[in-house]
Order: sequence, then structure tokens, then C-alpha cells
Amino acid sequence: MKRYSVFAIAREALRYHMGWERAWASPEPKASYDAIIVGAGGHGLATAYYLGKNHGITNVAVIEKGWLGGGNTGRNTTIIRSNYLQDPSAAIYEKARSLYETLSQDLNYNVMFSPRGLLMLAQTHHEVRGYLRTVHANTLQGVQTEWISPQRVKEIVPIMNIDGPRYPVLGALYQARGGTARHDAVAWGYARACSAMGMDIIQNCEVKGVRSENGRVTGVDTTKGFIGTKKLGMVVAGHSGQLAEMAGFRLPIEAVALQALVSEPIKPCMDVVVMANTVHGYMSQSDKGEMVIGGGTDGFNNYTQRGSFHHIEETLRALVETFPMISRLKMLRQWGGIVDMTGDRSPLISKTPLGNCFINCGWGTGGFKAIPGSGWAMAELMAKGEPGPLAAEFNMWRFKEGQFIDESVAAGVAH
Amino acid sequence: MLILECPYCGVKAEETELAPGYEAHLKRFGPGSSPEEFEDYMFARKNPKGVHFERWRHAYGCGKWFLAARCTATLEVFGTYPAQTSEPPADIIAKIQARRPDWQPDWKGTK
Ligand SMILES: Cc1cc2nc3c(=O)[nH]c(=O)nc-3n(C[C@H](O)[C@H](O)[C@H](O)COP(=O)(O)OP(=O)(O)OC[C@H]3O[C@@H](n4cnc5c(N)ncnc54)[C@H](O)[C@@H]3O)c2cc1C
Ligand SMILES: [Zn+2]
Repeated sequence: MKRYSVFAIAREALRYHMGWERAWASPEPKASYDAIIVGAGGHGLATAYYLGKNHGITNVAVIEKGWLGGGNTGRNTTIIRSNYLQDPSAAIYEKARSLYETLSQDLNYNVMFSPRGLLMLAQTHHEVRGYLRTVHANTLQGVQTEWISPQRVKEIVPIMNIDGPRYPVLGALYQARGGTARHDAVAWGYARACSAMGMDIIQNCEVKGVRSENGRVTGVDTTKGFIGTKKLGMVVAGHSGQLAEMAGFRLPIEAVALQALVSEPIKPCMDVVVMANTVHGYMSQSDKGEMVIGGGTDGFNNYTQRGSFHHIEETLRALVETFPMISRLKMLRQWGGIVDMTGDRSPLISKTPLGNCFINCGWGTGGFKAIPGSGWAMAELMAKGEPGPLAAEFNMWRFKEGQFIDESVAAGVAH
Repeated sequence: MLILECPYCGVKAEETELAPGYEAHLKRFGPGSSPEEFEDYMFARKNPKGVHFERWRHAYGCGKWFLAARCTATLEVFGTYPAQTSEPPADIIAKIQARRPDWQPDWKGTK
């Protein structure tokens, strides 16, 4: 892999940019691997990357039914934060956030991490109490957040109307090192680094079945034939239920659509991320100037990557009250992704009933921010066969034991 | 846009008139059941990509719960039926099989 640098740009400028090589190879699958990851989204690629980087396992294939990063990773609104309530969540999201700080250097790929600051608005008294509690929890967890007044909110976001008739702003939970990153670049950067370590990223190859013998996976049947493996990692977000079914177990997961939309580009007007959870709306401004907007999930099982119109209508209605100036903005694009919702709105990074099969899923509406930490924890789980401290509590048996990591009480939404 | 006909009042209700209730025909387990049974009832879900049986409530209409057979991969609706039943009625099964010849009735597998 040729490194990207200012010198590379200068060199290529002098020879008509003919010398750039492909960012990753497109090999045909080998007969077998030490580890197969199903799903080349951010989490799958990060798992492969840290398997190589932290554990020296590089005979790895990442198998993707579409194109890499084409699932939720390429469809999300890129909010990064770690101001969660429960200790296990704060630990893994803060690990991820801190890895994001140096990810561009680590991958030699600009993921455009922008720690521009993030506000979670409190618009009901219940939320005020909830976020004060989160600030205290975050202090104990070593996650830097603070509670700020409505006036401070107005200073940070002048375009906001803080005394709207229905949902006045009563304050906000502020994480100064939260922000955004470029979603595609995260997938591409990990893919390039994996490919450089000699891993095979096999796109346009769908896993159709999981073969096992005596409680252990032997390989997967794909549209490119059978591929053997010593270890299997399932990292397929919305399709986790299907993969689990192929392997013969069920998950506490339902797949529903979540939508996002972007406006026409306008001049810079808001340099932080704002989330308004009571009304299910959140917004940031992209480097191109588009307002990037997301809302709540649809209320029924869905695999079509299309959501219901009335949900985006609700989101916009609420945001127009808080940001009156967006009322005349035209919306350019709208899309949906299929998110994997668990019963406690926390993910699974877990062993499974099959000895050498591991699962990473359930990130639902909020897993982009977790990609580096999740890959780190999943790689450790796959390499050692046992979870490390980051993953331990996210096992799939917590539902039987009632050991929930309940983030649904904490936020209601979790983007 | 999802449109379901309420089997009680006959209204063809558009989605905003309805409240979703997720998987239908769950067998309930309460006190005295094993942790596995309770976990299955509370959390394990079929979540199929294809034919699915669901609960819906005609929230802004007659207010009653009913059940729907729907395809999660295409959003096609096969039919709706009253909630006072432990399995889908024969005419709904026939409608699904007419559209999905390969589909095997599977709700009985629900633990
Ligand atoms: C509209 C929207 C907004 C969001 N906003 C945010 C946000 O602001 N902040 C945040 O942190 N998170 C957000 N999220 C959530 C975030 O996008 C996801 O949690 C995260 O991207 C999941 O990554 P992943 O790698 O697990 O899944 P994906 O990126 O979906 O990757 C899974 C891959 O598996 C592949 N696959 C599936 N089945 C098979 C098979 N049988 N064989 C081979 N491959 C298969 C898929 O094609 C896919 O590429 C949002 C999601 C959506 C949809
Ligand atoms: Zn009715």
C-alpha cells in the first residue's frame, strides 16, 4: 500500500494523477480462512482491522453481499458521542470516540473526524432530570460532559429558537468532544488498511447458509460457493436475525427502518450537532453546507430500506419549531436504512450457541459512533474466544438474566 | 404508505391512524415459567424477512387491537383478522400461499 501524504499529492500532480493505486483489492475467495467476517460495514471492517493490528490474525475474509459500506454505515447521519448513561455503554462509546480522535493518522486515511461539539436539548422537565443524572454518571465514568443553560445553548447555536411554544429549550447536555466524521471514509479507510494487511474483502457475495458440525461452524455457503473458516463473526446489522436463523438460533432483535434526509446546501450556520430527543429530531451541517437531518424509527418490521413519509414529516415539523430559519429550505435527498433494535437498545458483542461463532449487532440507530470501539472489542472476542472488559456485559444472555444495559430509559432515542 | 383494513370497523386505515404492536401470536409466560421461556416470550423475535404476523391497534379509529399478515421484504399486505385467535385463519393462510407458494406456515414454532 502506498501511503497517502502531501508528498504523494505533489508527486501525482506532476504525472497527471496516473500513479494512484486502487485503495483495496477485489480478490476471489480462497477455500478457507482463519476467520471470516460476514458484513463489510464499519463494524465488520473494524473487527477485521483490529484482528490484524491487535492480534496478528490476517488470514481473514470479509464477505459482503453488496458493496462495502453500503449498509447503515453509508446511510447514517454520522453523529459521534459517548454521553451514555450506563457504565458499559459509556466505556465502549468513549473508547470508540477516543479512537476516532486519531483514526485518520492510524489508518492513513482522512475520515474527517470533526469534534465540533454536541448538544442534547432538554425540552421537558423529565429530560432536565434525566440529563443532569447523565452528567453526574459521565463524571464518574470519566466522560467529559456538562449541563448548560438555555442562554448558553443560544450562544452556541444562534439560529435556535429557545422559547418555542410547545417545546422550549430548558438546557442541554453538552459534550464538547462529540461531533461527526465522514461515514464512507470510515468504511473505506478500514477497508484499505485491511486489504494492505493481506485480508480479502469479497464484495457482491451473499452468505446464504452457515454450516456447522458438533456445535462448531465449519464454513459458510455463499453465492460464490462454500468457504471454510476456523472462526465466524456475524456483523450484519439489520440482517442479523437472518444470519442467526442460518446458524440455528434466535436473537432479541427486530429490524425496522430509520430514515434521514439532507437539505440543499446553504452557508455555514450551525457548527455543532443538535439532538432534540423529545421531538425525535436531530440536525448538523455537513461540510458541503447541507443540513443533515434524522428522526425516529418506523414502528414495524421492515427490510425494504424505505421508511414511512409521516415520520420525516413529524421530524421536520418539530425541527422547524426549534430552527425557524429552516422552514423554507428544500430537502434534496431522503433515504432509509434497516436498523437492528434490541430489547434494551444496547448492542450484542457476544459468543453464540455455536462455539466458534461470534456476533456483533444490535447497534440499532446509533452504531456509527461505536465503530472503532466495537471492532476493537469484537476482535478481542474473536481472537481469544472470550470477551474482554469492553464486550463482557454485551453478551446475548443478559436478556435471560435480566442484566439489561438499559439505554432506552436513558435517551429514548440513541443516534 | 401502509394501509391496513380494520377487521372490526372495516375502515381502510392509513398508517398514521394505527399504532404498531409487533409480533403476533406470542405465547405468554409469566410467574412460574422458566427463565428461558420468559426470555423467549419477552425478547426473542422471529423478525423474518418475508411473511410476518403482527399486532396493530386502530388507535385513532375504533381503538381495537387486530392482527395483520404482511411481507416485511416487500411491504405487501396479505390480509387482516380479529385478534381473538391463537393462529392465523385459513383464508389468510390461503391468501399468503397464493402469493408465496414456497412459504411454510411457521407460527406454531413460536415458543
Ligand atoms: C438513517 C440512519 C441514521 C443513523 N444515524 C446515526 C448517527 O447519527 N450516529 C450513529 O452513531 N449511528 C447512526 N446510525 C446507526 C449506524 O448507521 C449503524 O449502527 C451502523 O452503521 C451499523 O454498522 P454495521 O457495520 O453494523 O452495519 P452495516 O453498515 O449495515 O453493515 C452490515 C453489512 O452486512 C451486509 N450483509 C447483510 N446480510 C449479509 C449476508 N447474508 N451476506 C453478506 N453480507 C451481508 C450488508 O450488505 C451490510 O453492508 C444511523 C442509521 C441510520 C439507518
Ligand atoms: Zn377499527
